[in-house]
Amino acid sequence: MNARENILKRIRAANGKQGGATTQEREAIVARLRAHTRGPLPSMNWDPLPRFKERCIVMMSTVDQVDSRTQLPQAIAKYLRENSLPVRGICWPEFADLGWAAAGLEFEARPSGGDDKVGVTGAFCAIAENGTLMLLSGEHTHATTSLLPETHIAVVPASRVVRAMEDGWDLLRNERGDMPRQVNFVSGPSRTADIEMTLVMGVHGPFRVHVIVVDQ
Amino acid sequence: MQITSQDFKRVSSLKLADPKLQKAMGNAKGKLVVTRAKSILELDNFEEIREAAARIRDFGMQYMDVLLEEWERNATAAGTIVHWVESPAEVNAKVIEIARRHKVRKIIKSKSMLGEETDLNHALEQAGLDVRETDLGEYIIQQSGETPSHIIAPAVHKSKDDVADLFAEKHRRRRLTDIAALTHEAREILRPHFLDADMGISGANFIVAETGSTMIVTNEGNGRMTTTMPRVHVAITGIEKIIPTLEDVSMILRLLTRSATGQSISNYLSFTTGPKRDADKDGPAEFHVIIVDAGRTKVLGSDMREALRCIRCGACMNHCPVYQNIGGHAYGWVYPGPIGSILTPAYVGLENAIDLPNAATLCNQCGVVCPVKIPLPDLMRRLREKQVERGLRPWRERAGLRMWAWAATRPGIYALLARIGARIGRLAGGRTGLLKKLPPGASGWTDGRDFPAPTGQTFRDLYAKRTDAGRGGRA
Repeated sequence: MNARENILKRIRAANGKQGGATTQEREAIVARLRAHTRGPLPSMNWDPLPRFKERCIVMMSTVDQVDSRTQLPQAIAKYLRENSLPVRGICWPEFADLGWAAAGLEFEARPSGGDDKVGVTGAFCAIAENGTLMLLSGEHTHATTSLLPETHIAVVPASRVVRAMEDGWDLLRNERGDMPRQVNFVSGPSRTADIEMTLVMGVHGPFRVHVIVVDQ
Repeated sequence: MQITSQDFKRVSSLKLADPKLQKAMGNAKGKLVVTRAKSILELDNFEEIREAAARIRDFGMQYMDVLLEEWERNATAAGTIVHWVESPAEVNAKVIEIARRHKVRKIIKSKSMLGEETDLNHALEQAGLDVRETDLGEYIIQQSGETPSHIIAPAVHKSKDDVADLFAEKHRRRRLTDIAALTHEAREILRPHFLDADMGISGANFIVAETGSTMIVTNEGNGRMTTTMPRVHVAITGIEKIIPTLEDVSMILRLLTRSATGQSISNYLSFTTGPKRDADKDGPAEFHVIIVDAGRTKVLGSDMREALRCIRCGACMNHCPVYQNIGGHAYGWVYPGPIGSILTPAYVGLENAIDLPNAATLCNQCGVVCPVKIPLPDLMRRLREKQVERGLRPWRERAGLRMWAWAATRPGIYALLARIGARIGRLAGGRTGLLKKLPPGASGWTDGRDFPAPTGQTFRDLYAKRTDAGRGGRA
């Protein structure tokens, strides 16, 4: 505890407030933390869904759209076959009941052990501003499914596309309350430009991200 | 990290004469400046956001104690184990202590500039721990036994051929020459380590008071691996990384990635709040955060305070005409470029980094691009003043200035000396009117060019004539 007190004391001294914040100041700061006031946002004169799809492509994801959830296995099978990708993998438990076998696919609802080639996830919501998926870690929303496989397929209901990250935080507070262990904002496949500033996809995370919007 | 900033002049001369480095720097300069400029245009209120971001960073400093206490309270409530340490050595000792307690053998690490400050990898290796950097650039640097030359692109000084040679040697594989193939080879080599490491060490781009979270901004996915795969995760962070709310972070992120790499957003923004929950199938069982002073409070209480606003985007170095030509290693410590010329003296002592505040033309390109409006040239100027006040400049310079001051405050003597100087200069210039070599102290100027010799008349002579003629004309 000594280091903690020393550091706090030095901060207060550096700010010329040896006595620390007054009760009033402290209350004002806590109130500011709870107010969730947004900073200035750039203009967002666009419809969220078309913007989301457009920005996904800019971030080098690919995008598809289906009418309903039951069409997902067919759409996924088509994507995997067209790109000569393995037709088996893992998915979040919420997709365990889909008709995988009928589409010639094999998907198991479990976390990734590291060797799985394709991972299917949902998303807590999607953010139109930059074509971003907002993923929460959790019992049924394994963090590894969107990370370890070479191909990440993300299913996004059209009704869950919001404008900005700030809208995502509001949804999280309203629907969940607490923060999960990890919130990941994913915008396209893993990439680097560490060698000669040349962009390469697929460093440690997925080589490709395929987003399927479900109209419902 | 060992400081070699004293060698700035010598090393920068070597770097200027290094054709490989010059090629790499030329390539980087073109890309980073242009991509940033383009991405900034996406924000129609860039200046407004920039102003707000600077205010948030100042708020964070002004109420740092309260915000850190709030952060700690929320982090602890989520199950995070919080440690506070004061010095770089204590950071390393604390990480080693946690590793020993968990019988850790292998560590995977994602980028941390604070870890560079404390020379963490070296300390871990000395403690018998196997530590692997996983950011591709950092991995290259670790394998070649170097230090980063840029805070965002640590291996920017290396060519693809350098990396090809290095990987062929270290991985004992066939030498590849394609950049994508080299990248994927690193992926293959590192993947097993991600899966069997016992501990992950990460830095933090920000820590969020409202939620008690730490957050990192990455592109490769190694940050997500480091914070998710091993059974213990340790994040190390400076106290100045505190941000009040998630909304504030979201706003600053619009500036950070655009200023850093010209991306509208990084691939992965990961907010971590506590360890694995009971029902979770992945994530570490223990999550430690080490909150570090290591010189920050000293800067907070000084006239260099604004430097603590820094969000480590690297835009100042990308746009600095000095950095662009000499690269990062010449600066001799963790942070190169304009921000390094302020942070290095602030953290390791002005006397150990005497040339850095002078390694700038004060063109203010850094100040213009800084997303949190740090007045970098002003701070460098202040450090220059301090050097003079504290008598840190070389004795020749001090003696020279004293002599000049003595003469300049005595107009008669000054005029006489100037006249003598001008005459001698004219004679030395001979028929060409050029001086091939200036006297010691200024001889560097004539290393690569000639100096126009004085014409025999002093400024005072010329000025007196001009005003006489002017008066005559009007009369």
